[in-house]
Amino acid sequence: MTGLLEIESLTKDFGGIRAVDSLTFRVREGGITGIIGPNGAGKTTVFNLITGVYRPTTGDIRLEGVSAVGKRPDRIVALGIARTFQNIRLFNRQTCIENVMTPLLQRAECPLFSALLRMPRARSVERETREKAMRLLAAMGIEAYADARASTLPYGLQRKLEIARALAAEPKLLLLDEPAAGMNPEETRSLADLIVRVHDEFGVSILLIEHHMDLVMNICSSVVVMNFGALLAQGRPDEIRTDERVIRAYLGKKKRERTAAEGEESHAGACR
Amino acid sequence: MDYILSVVTLAAINMVAVLGLAVFTGFTGLFSFGHAAFVGVGAYASAILTYYYYVPFFAALAAGSVAAALVSLVIGIPTLRAKLRSDYFAIAILGFGEALRVILENLDITNGARGLPGIDQFTTLPIVLACLAFSVWITRNFLRSRYGAACIAIREDPVAAEMAGIDLFRTRLLSLVLSAFLCGLSGGLLAHFLSFIQPVMFTLVQSTQLLAAVIAGGMGSVTGPLIASFLFIVLPEALRVANMWRLVAYGLMLVLIMIYRPQGIMGYQELPDLFRRKVSAK
Ligand SMILES: Nc1ncnc2c1ncn2[C@@H]1O[C@H](COP(=O)(O)OP(=O)(O)O)[C@@H](O)[C@H]1O
Ligand SMILES: [Mg+2]
Repeated sequence: MTGLLEIESLTKDFGGIRAVDSLTFRVREGGITGIIGPNGAGKTTVFNLITGVYRPTTGDIRLEGVSAVGKRPDRIVALGIARTFQNIRLFNRQTCIENVMTPLLQRAECPLFSALLRMPRARSVERETREKAMRLLAAMGIEAYADARASTLPYGLQRKLEIARALAAEPKLLLLDEPAAGMNPEETRSLADLIVRVHDEFGVSILLIEHHMDLVMNICSSVVVMNFGALLAQGRPDEIRTDERVIRAYLGKKKRERTAAEGEESHAGACR
Repeated sequence: MDYILSVVTLAAINMVAVLGLAVFTGFTGLFSFGHAAFVGVGAYASAILTYYYYVPFFAALAAGSVAAALVSLVIGIPTLRAKLRSDYFAIAILGFGEALRVILENLDITNGARGLPGIDQFTTLPIVLACLAFSVWITRNFLRSRYGAACIAIREDPVAAEMAGIDLFRTRLLSLVLSAFLCGLSGGLLAHFLSFIQPVMFTLVQSTQLLAAVIAGGMGSVTGPLIASFLFIVLPEALRVANMWRLVAYGLMLVLIMIYRPQGIMGYQELPDLFRRKVSAK
């Protein structure tokens, strides 16, 4: 059986730095998979490789058996992958609903001619898209902010808006890069519920990078552990929790990593 | 009276070109110091058609706009491919502006640097206003569509835009073509209003004035640049400033706008938004 996403011998060098090192793992359809690992382990780089922001040095990435390597990011989105960013990247001066409408509009059929002359087709597309976007905002509980500019939203809500925008691309696989970063324990718990609900309601498989161990252990059906760009282990959360190598490399110094993770937050633009 | 009419007509013609550049710079986030070249292409193409070939005015106007759009493809296709580098285009368009001037100055059909006199004066104020209204309407429709949404997304964040399923190259190219089309239309109207065109009318100076109107009017706005463009043409005339003080008046206006409205007159909003906000604030 092939997985939804297959990463095979994936390697990425930045000059002398090997950010990702012959990484191989699979994401099954229908689950929530977590990626954990210390800072600089290469997790975000893996997302950037999957979504075509970077080209792998070697290795392959397949979605439902179709290779995504060398494809433009927007083509990869069309294959069924959407993502959020570690350092939120919204269309800041757009309203919330416009942020969500933008990917929806790209998927709607509306020829240029019909758009320029605003023919009935263009009007109906706009109306339907607005309704769809409103439903997505409601699913994230932020419909009250529909007409507010994205940049004016509080941090936690910006993360939710980013998830809504990603869902608007109607993905099979949703990549979330540290969705709980900068949140307090209570916000983190409610975000965990939200992610599970998104998974159930939208029938989307999820791959998420997270530093909050509880969140990963509670909602993930499978966990991938990375260290120095390479795969350290993959398994069910209970297997990972007791894995000797994982404990030594990561869980054992959880506290220190957490502090480091918060430090990373302040580096604006660290995530491309 | 004739004088006022001609100033207003000139302002409205200029507004069509500024509108075009607003799409490209204000909404797509790409800068251009060369859009006057597209005005020049539209002016010469349409004027040559009516002058030498007796093509009907409206057909010539359309042909001039299309010619400008086609020329923009030639510049845009090789230079807009670079994802995160918009300077390739900026340099190429700058070079193109100069090249166009040299070409126009050395062709027989354009009558060289002396310019083309005796073009029929087909352009009237109602025609200009109709063209302006049509251009605003098309632009508004474009901006509300998936294509405009894609332009704005690219301006806001190209990486996130790609992740929204947007093809950066095609969207930027489309934005350029539409903006060049409108500049070409403006050029056709201008040629048939002045009845005389010359290569020096479409150089860096004019390109800079177009860009200044867009920035002073406000990025991400249609009405702002239109207002700025109107003010830039009409105010110096209304104040009856002597010719040598025109540039000073012009510079002073720019400075005042930048001091009192650093975002531009309408940065990221439209004229109707101002009233809406006032109402909802009550
Ligand atoms: N664009 C880049 N250029 C150079 N080095 C990079 C780039 N992106 C990431 N890296 C490096 O790759 C390594 C992995 O980074 P990253 O994937 O962001 O780690 P993580 O998300 O696991 O914290 C780090 O050493 C980082 O400095
Ligand atoms: Mg990261």
